[in-house]
Amino acid sequence: MMIFHIAARELRSLFLSPLAWLVLAVVSFIMAWLFLAQLDQYMAVQAQLALMENAPGVTEVVVMPVLATAAIVLMLVVPLLSMRLISEERRARTLPLLFSAPLSMTEIILGKYLGLLGFFAVMLGLLALMPLSLTLGGGLDFGLLAAGFLALALLLAAFGAAGLWVSTLTAQPTIAAVGSFGLVLFIWIIDWAGTRASDQQASVLSWLSLQRHYGALLRGVFDTADLAYFLLFIAAFLVFSVRRLDNDRLQH
Amino acid sequence: MNTDTLILVRHLTRLYGPIKAVDGLSFELHRGEVLGFLGPNGAGKSTTMQMITGNLAPTTGEVAIAGIDLLETPREAKAHLGYLPEQPPVYRELTVDEYLRYCARLNRLPGREVATAVKRAKGRCGLTNVGTRLIGNLSKGFQQRVGIAQAIIHSPAVVVLDEPTVGLDPVQIREIRHLIKELGEEHGVILSTHILPEVQATCDRVQIIHHGQLVLSDTIDGLARRMESNSVTVALRHPPALAELSALPSVVEVTALEDGRFRLHHAVEASPAEALVERSVAAGWGLYELIPERMSLEDIFVHITTQEASA
Repeated sequence: MMIFHIAARELRSLFLSPLAWLVLAVVSFIMAWLFLAQLDQYMAVQAQLALMENAPGVTEVVVMPVLATAAIVLMLVVPLLSMRLISEERRARTLPLLFSAPLSMTEIILGKYLGLLGFFAVMLGLLALMPLSLTLGGGLDFGLLAAGFLALALLLAAFGAAGLWVSTLTAQPTIAAVGSFGLVLFIWIIDWAGTRASDQQASVLSWLSLQRHYGALLRGVFDTADLAYFLLFIAAFLVFSVRRLDNDRLQH
Repeated sequence: MNTDTLILVRHLTRLYGPIKAVDGLSFELHRGEVLGFLGPNGAGKSTTMQMITGNLAPTTGEVAIAGIDLLETPREAKAHLGYLPEQPPVYRELTVDEYLRYCARLNRLPGREVATAVKRAKGRCGLTNVGTRLIGNLSKGFQQRVGIAQAIIHSPAVVVLDEPTVGLDPVQIREIRHLIKELGEEHGVILSTHILPEVQATCDRVQIIHHGQLVLSDTIDGLARRMESNSVTVALRHPPALAELSALPSVVEVTALEDGRFRLHHAVEASPAEALVERSVAAGWGLYELIPERMSLEDIFVHITTQEASA
């Protein structure tokens, strides 16, 4: 129960700042632009596609590439939303309120995280409206669409968990934003280094990469290994956050 | 009385690296008591308060709140605790009502009791008229009151207030002191301050902490007695010889100051003031000033700490 109260407060504070609204507006605008450009391209090649056997559908040609790009846009945006979670409380010295209330550190972290996920749900809802608008003119592959949005949701949750952890490290929200952007981008491109390394190293690095697992889910390949990767990623950063927050009590 | 021990602190020590911020502190707080924590800046007051409220883990030592070990079962112990840190932990973007509702929820008040708890806390802290205002737009004094309201919203057994009257105007200070006394009737209150009159106005018992150690623990009357120094300063228009002054009853030593002023040291609780005035009138010394010297908090510190050093 406590987790939900903290989450509700977090969400409310987010929406009381202009940042959240601006982020929603900017993301919607950029994504709409990408979506329309992709749709335009589809219209141009639609005649040829109609002649092909087993031609890719509108979901595959329009929605999936848009979701692939969305990952990059959201990678830039999530740190701005996650940066305040703990660092702002530390800067404004409001953490004692949570520490002296009958709450465990886990409840505090989970509450904060859930509040952030609530915001992500709103953002995903807005993004989902774009492909859903296509049902006005034709059919969609809902299975593929659901897989794509599940992938995006997992990716956002992973970005958010990493951002939350970086936010527990500092008292400066901007430092947290830059730090978590760097961290997430690094994990995204970590497999680039694998191309010239030995096979074993390469496979470890590519397994670590967020991009690999996101890409796999986007192609519609639902592998429990990918799902496990995301869940482990999220759980690890949440545990790190709890540990780090607990450390606040041990030494200042 | 022992059944009503609300806070029990045993050998509390906190190190910051090699620095001992708090060194082997032990004390108790009973129900119906206001305990004043006095000390100069950097004495370890805030560190102690952070430790007994679970914001800081002690290096060694035990803390029990209402009989529940704070380090073993922090969640249960913290339910009996209200804490106002040095800086009120308020969210500037929320209104007073929203904030207090959130605090009530955090302290696990059931939903139907939240509204009454918020209303009562607002009433006690004089916030009834500002419920819908944003905390960020309130003055420092009102923010401080919101901080106190937050600490008492769940009627905790123990209320810990770290310098609660900082930034308040004299009228507000009076109100807050009144509130603290009122809280002290049903709860136990620990109050830290470096303002002496505040302690005299509100507390039942005083503890002075210096270099992280408890150097004095006394009732408020005991402290007042300690503050009555054993000297008076007199100013005379026609001063007599020193010998005549030292001949007054109970005068131990006389020091001559400038402008016909003298400091008379006398035996404890035996002021020579009456005898001095009679002699002055009879002999025409022209007494125009007589000040019983009171020790300041600073003097008590110096007194206590030097005493310990020489012992």
